[in-house]
Amino acid sequence: MSIAATFSSPAPASDFSGEPLLEVQNLRVSFGKLQVVDGISFTLRQGEVLGIVGESGSGKSVSALALLRLLPPNAQVTADRLMLGGEDLLSAKESRYESLRGSQIAMIFQEPMTALNPVLSVGHQIVETIRRHNKVGRREARDRAVAALRRVGIPAAEQRFNEYPHQMSGGMRQRVMIAMALACGPRVLIADEPTTALDVTIQAQILELLQDLQDEYQMGTIMITHDLGVVSSFADRVLVMYAGQVVEDAPAAELFARPGHPYTEGLLASIPSSLQDVERLYAIPGSVPPPFDLPSGCRFEPRCTYSRPPCRAARPWLMPFQPHHEAACIRNHGYHFPASEEVAP
Amino acid sequence: MTPFEQSDPLLSVRALEKQFEGKGGMFGKKRAVRAVDDISFDVGRGETVGLVGESGCGKTTVGRLVLHLLEPSGGEVRFNGQNLQTLDAGVLRSMRQHMQIIFQDPLGALNPRMSVGELIMEPLVIHGVGDAVARQKRLSQLLGQVGLATYHAARFPHEFSGGQRQRICIARALALNPSFIVCDEAASALDVSIQAQILNLLQDLKHELGLTYLFISHDLGVIRHISDRVAVMYLGKIVEIGTKHEIFDTPQHPYTVALLRSAPSRNRGKTRYAAIKGDLPNPANPPSGCRFHTRCPIAQPICKQQEPPLAETAAGQRAACHFPGTLAP
Repeated sequence: MSIAATFSSPAPASDFSGEPLLEVQNLRVSFGKLQVVDGISFTLRQGEVLGIVGESGSGKSVSALALLRLLPPNAQVTADRLMLGGEDLLSAKESRYESLRGSQIAMIFQEPMTALNPVLSVGHQIVETIRRHNKVGRREARDRAVAALRRVGIPAAEQRFNEYPHQMSGGMRQRVMIAMALACGPRVLIADEPTTALDVTIQAQILELLQDLQDEYQMGTIMITHDLGVVSSFADRVLVMYAGQVVEDAPAAELFARPGHPYTEGLLASIPSSLQDVERLYAIPGSVPPPFDLPSGCRFEPRCTYSRPPCRAARPWLMPFQPHHEAACIRNHGYHFPASEEVAP
Repeated sequence: MTPFEQSDPLLSVRALEKQFEGKGGMFGKKRAVRAVDDISFDVGRGETVGLVGESGCGKTTVGRLVLHLLEPSGGEVRFNGQNLQTLDAGVLRSMRQHMQIIFQDPLGALNPRMSVGELIMEPLVIHGVGDAVARQKRLSQLLGQVGLATYHAARFPHEFSGGQRQRICIARALALNPSFIVCDEAASALDVSIQAQILNLLQDLKHELGLTYLFISHDLGVIRHISDRVAVMYLGKIVEIGTKHEIFDTPQHPYTVALLRSAPSRNRGKTRYAAIKGDLPNPANPPSGCRFHTRCPIAQPICKQQEPPLAETAAGQRAACHFPGTLAP
């Protein structure tokens, strides 16, 4: 079944076959002199789940908001390339963005209670989204909204349609958010910590739902989270962010089996597992540097156990580590910065 | 028998109960919420007992009750053999020196107008311990123990990162040389790399100072890592209690199994979630019989009618289930 059958009018999905859905090259975001995202690049294909992990302040959410042009006016966003399908988003006008948001790219936020309007029924809010992007009558929009609520596993969808967000549990509200995000059949879905505020068993329900919808509709999905467990179970590929930069880019299974950056390695060793015992956790010393006081060389160097003088000389870029696996660390290259032709893709 | 099944446990909780008066709305009937309902467990000297469960299960209320920060509606709490409820206020107050709590949100727990030094010495002042010189000496000792420097004493809470603030709270909790500390989600609000630092610190302090912990958390990985024994709570009841390995390796209660299956783990690789259905019921109106029956994948008619007692199972631990061990982990 196509995403259109349940959620919306047909989306022309064919023009993306084999082509990248979303291409981001050298995205930078700064607020005044503070650079919070410093040159991130990735491509997202249809059906692919890209995980972006990092701790608070690493720039993962800001990057997503920048893609959707949802940052406040004092943010300066630049990029070398920003393409959605064949369309250049850099030159897109605000009016074009308004029609893209919700219909082509949709977003799910961490806190559904603040993302939903408390004075409108949930059904009304979904109908609003559908009618904004499609020329359909009230009745048809309502039918589609009820179908969307049903698809995301809301029991008695006809009745819940008229309920307000505060009448629902956290898990149900997140289902409503998902129904709303998918109501117009977006090709790209950005989920920003979609389960962080939920209890463990409810988190599992929402992740199960997202997995089902992903299988069925084959969107390109970006999953932003601090939880490496969530990323491991969900993502095909993972970007690890640290202090505004991508320090590692790898297939998910590869990343967990063979981390190529000391920060990733440290993170993995610092998380207690519910499946096995460790005598003592590895604790990365120190804390993340603030954006106004970043080291001039490798940003992780002051906390790195493998640090050597060359690490302070210049900032490492993403370099090949394994097939389809890059890491921004010169330790993998004998503490030498490889010549640029060596690192060309 | 585990080394912690002591004849003389540090903390002993029996049939503990706490009801909160519900609001009931302007015209509605007032309805009491049983946040904690008939809970019994011991914490042995030098032991860490983990209390795990989802929001609204009553784990935080248990933490407050055992310190007598909340008055129980029924049952008793014995600390060092003494029933806290029968103590008069003065004795209870001096008893409090031995039992402390560390909260989830360090910024909310620290007065922003007090310097770190004042904050850490406050318990000493309140309990009249030592003179100014002795307190200063104790202060620098405490700062060292939690990994802060002496010059930090003159600074204020807002100048610190989340992890450092939690260190300040830990120093404050340690000031009076307690033997027992309730850690209520003490590392939950922190980023993973900082969480590991705090968990390691708590473990080191336990060994150095011979502390006993009641460790409350929703995070199964943290609970497994830090606990000797684990109690799993659901809607105000303990549904399973046993050693860490009994709970994590051979869970007997279907809710424990569901929790373990739900926990995302990096060790499993790309997997599909198979979540248990349904929302958490309203604690003001818990289901009849076994409280988990509305979401339980192996529920039978008896589960709706009869509440199963917390009884010893073939695997060793105690579980409150009519069919323990039926659902494989």
